[in-house]
Amino acid sequence: MNTDSEIERAIRENHPALITYLTAGDPSLEETKAYVEALDRGGADLIELGLPFSEPIAEGPTIQAAINRALEAGTTPERFFELVDDLEVEAPLLVMTYYNMILQYGSGAEPRSAERDATEPQNGPDPEPFVERAAETGLAGIIVPDLPAEEAAPLRAACDERGLDLVFIVAPTTNGERLDRIMSQASGFAYVQARLGTTGARADVSSATHDSLARLEEYDVPKAVGFGVSEGEHAREIVEAGADGVIVGSALIDIVAESETPVADLEAKACELKGGAERGANAPEPEQP
Amino acid sequence: MSESTFGSYGGQYVPEALMPALEELEDAYERYVLENEDGFVDEFRERMRDFGGRPTPLQRADRLSERYDSEIYLKREDLVHGGAHKLNNALGQVLLAKYMGKERIIAETGAGQHGTATAMAAAHLDMPCEIYMGRTDVNRQRPNVYRMRMNGAEVNPVEAGRGTLKEAINETMRDWATTVETTHYVIGSVVGPHPFPTMVRDFQSVIGEEAREQIRGQAGRLPDSVVACAGGGSNTMGAFHAFVDDEDVSLYAVEAGGSSLEIDEREGVAPNSATLSTGTDGVLHGAMTKLLQSGDGQIVESHSVSAGLDYAGVGPELSHLVETGRVTPVNVDDEAALNAFHRLSRLEGIIPALESAHALGHVEEAHEDLGDLVVVNVSGRGDKDLETVLEETEKRDLGAAPDVEVFDS
Ligand SMILES: Cc1ncc(COP(=O)(O)O)c(C=O)c1O
Repeated sequence: MNTDSEIERAIRENHPALITYLTAGDPSLEETKAYVEALDRGGADLIELGLPFSEPIAEGPTIQAAINRALEAGTTPERFFELVDDLEVEAPLLVMTYYNMILQYGSGAEPRSAERDATEPQNGPDPEPFVERAAETGLAGIIVPDLPAEEAAPLRAACDERGLDLVFIVAPTTNGERLDRIMSQASGFAYVQARLGTTGARADVSSATHDSLARLEEYDVPKAVGFGVSEGEHAREIVEAGADGVIVGSALIDIVAESETPVADLEAKACELKGGAERGANAPEPEQP
Repeated sequence: MSESTFGSYGGQYVPEALMPALEELEDAYERYVLENEDGFVDEFRERMRDFGGRPTPLQRADRLSERYDSEIYLKREDLVHGGAHKLNNALGQVLLAKYMGKERIIAETGAGQHGTATAMAAAHLDMPCEIYMGRTDVNRQRPNVYRMRMNGAEVNPVEAGRGTLKEAINETMRDWATTVETTHYVIGSVVGPHPFPTMVRDFQSVIGEEAREQIRGQAGRLPDSVVACAGGGSNTMGAFHAFVDDEDVSLYAVEAGGSSLEIDEREGVAPNSATLSTGTDGVLHGAMTKLLQSGDGQIVESHSVSAGLDYAGVGPELSHLVETGRVTPVNVDDEAALNAFHRLSRLEGIIPALESAHALGHVEEAHEDLGDLVVVNVSGRGDKDLETVLEETEKRDLGAAPDVEVFDS
C-alpha cells in the first residue's frame, strides 16, 4: 500500500476537497489542457482525467458523449500521457479509465490476421507498462470503474511498486464483508458512489449518500462522494454529512459541451463547488439525536 | 464456491455496484441449478418439455451424408419453441430470477433471437420484461421487435455507437447497475462476468447431453466431430460440454469470417467476427477473453451477415478451450454461409438460421477432416433471416441459391 500518498495529503490539507473529472481530449487535448488549468485556478484540489474507452459501461449519457467526442478527436493513451506530462497544475492528477485500456498499453498486442505468425511475440495483457508510464508522467493515482477489489491484485501490485494510489469505489449495494475487503485495499481516498446507476448530474443528494457515509465512518481513509453532484449546495450537504470531498464530473462536461466561454465558466463552477464544500465544513455540528 | 475463471479467462470485471448481485446470483445458481433446491431443476425440465418442446431430435441428414460420403447428423435446435436454442437459457434464467424473488427481467438482444426467447419466457412465467436492442438492429430485425412486443416486452432502442449488440449489452449493464436490487439481467450467451458463462453453459448443455445419448443410440458410437457456430458461444458450449471429456471427439467452433479477416484499425472496424481465430486477450463486458480490439485496447466494430454472430467478444470458456487446443476455431465467410443456407434448405427441407449456416458451411468446406460421423448443431431456424438472405443473395452470384423471381414487381 502507498504509505506516502500525495492524494491523501492533498485531501487532508485542503479539506474539504473538490475533486473534478473531465474526459481528456473532449473536444481536443489542447482544450483539455486549458480546462484543467481553469479548474485548478478555480479551486480543484484533485483532478481526474478520463482516458476514453469505447465501452464505458459505468457512464451516463453526458460522459458517454464526452468519450465519443474524445475518441473522434483521436485521443490515444500515448497522447493522453503527453498531455499529462505537459500540464502544470498544483492539484495532483489521477487517471480514470477502464481496465482493458490499462491491460493493453505496451502489451504489443497487435490485432492479428489469420495468417499471423504464431511465434510473434505477444506479451499478453499486463497492467505494469501503463502504471510505469503513468508514474513517469507524474500521475498520482488510478481509478478503474470496472475493476472490483476481487480482480485488482495485479494492478494493486504495480501501483504499490510505483507509489501510485489505486482508488476503489464503494457502492450503495456494498455490504459489510465487501466493505472490509475494499477498505483494506483502498488508498488515496474511498470513492463513495452516491447512488445506484451511472454517472450524470442530478438535482438532489440521494439518501443513499448519508447511509454510505455513516457506514464508512469507522475507516480511516478520506471519503469523497461522486455520482450526481452538480451544485455548490450539493457539495455543502455532502460535506456536512461527513464527506472529506466531493467529486464532480458531468456538470463540468455540460459546460465543456455547451458553454461559449468554457474556460471562465469552468473556473467559476469550481469556485462555486469549492465554496459549497467549505460551507458544509463550517456548518455547526448537527445535534446528536 | 464455483470457480470464477477458466484458465486465465473469465473473472468478474464489473462495477462494484454489481458485485453483490453477482454474489447473490452465484449463490442462487449453486443452490437451485446445481443442487436442485426446491425442485428448481425438475420444474425447469418440465417446462422445457411442455413449453419448450424438448428433447429435440437428432436427425440423419440423408442428402448431406450422401454428398460428403459420411454420416452427417443434425441436432435440431431449430425445433425449440421460438426457433432457436436461445430458449434453453432464457427460460432457465427467468425461472431462476423467479426463485430468487426478483421482480423484473432485462436483457440485451442483437438479432432479436435472445430478446424474443426472453420475452416468451417472461410472458410464460408472468414477469415484466424490458429488452435493449441497438437502433440498427431494431430497424433491420423488425419481425423480432414485433414478436417481443406481442409477448408484452418493452423494447428500448439504444442509440449509442453503431447500434448493435455491443451497445445493447452496455446499456443493459447500465440499467442493471441502477435497478440491481429488484431486477435480474438475463444475459444471452456464455459471456459476461462469472457466474454467467458457467450458468448459461449449464442451461445450454442439454443440447450435447441429448445429442450424445442420441448418436450412441442411432449410430452406435460417439461422433468423430461436433460442429457448432460461435458468436458469444452458447450453442457452441451447449453442444460441446458433454463431449469435452471424450478426447476422441473433435470439437469445431465455427466463427463468422465476414468479408475479410483483416482489421481496419484506423476505422476501428473488423469486417468479421472471428474472435477465437484472430482476437487478442483483453477485458470486455465483465470477462477476460479473446476480443477484436485495436492495439490501444479500443473494441472494434465486428461484422457478419448473420446478426447473431456479430460480436467482438466470445465466451471465456471457449477462449480457454481454444488456448488449450481442445476446441479448434475455424471460420466461414459470408458467402459460404449463404450458400450453406440455400443448400440445407434445398437438400434437406430445413431452412437454417444464418448463424447455423456457418456450421454447415464448414462441413461443406472441410468434411474430409471431420471423420465419418459428424454431429452439426442447427442452432436455429432461418425464417427470421429470409429478408437478409434475399437481399444478400441478390448482390452475389451464389451457386446454391434458387431463383425467387416469382412476384410481380
Ligand atoms: C440461431 C442462433 N444461433 C447462434 C447464435 C449465436 O449465439 P451463440 O454463439 O451464443 O450460440 C444466435 C444468436 O442470436 C442465434 O440466434
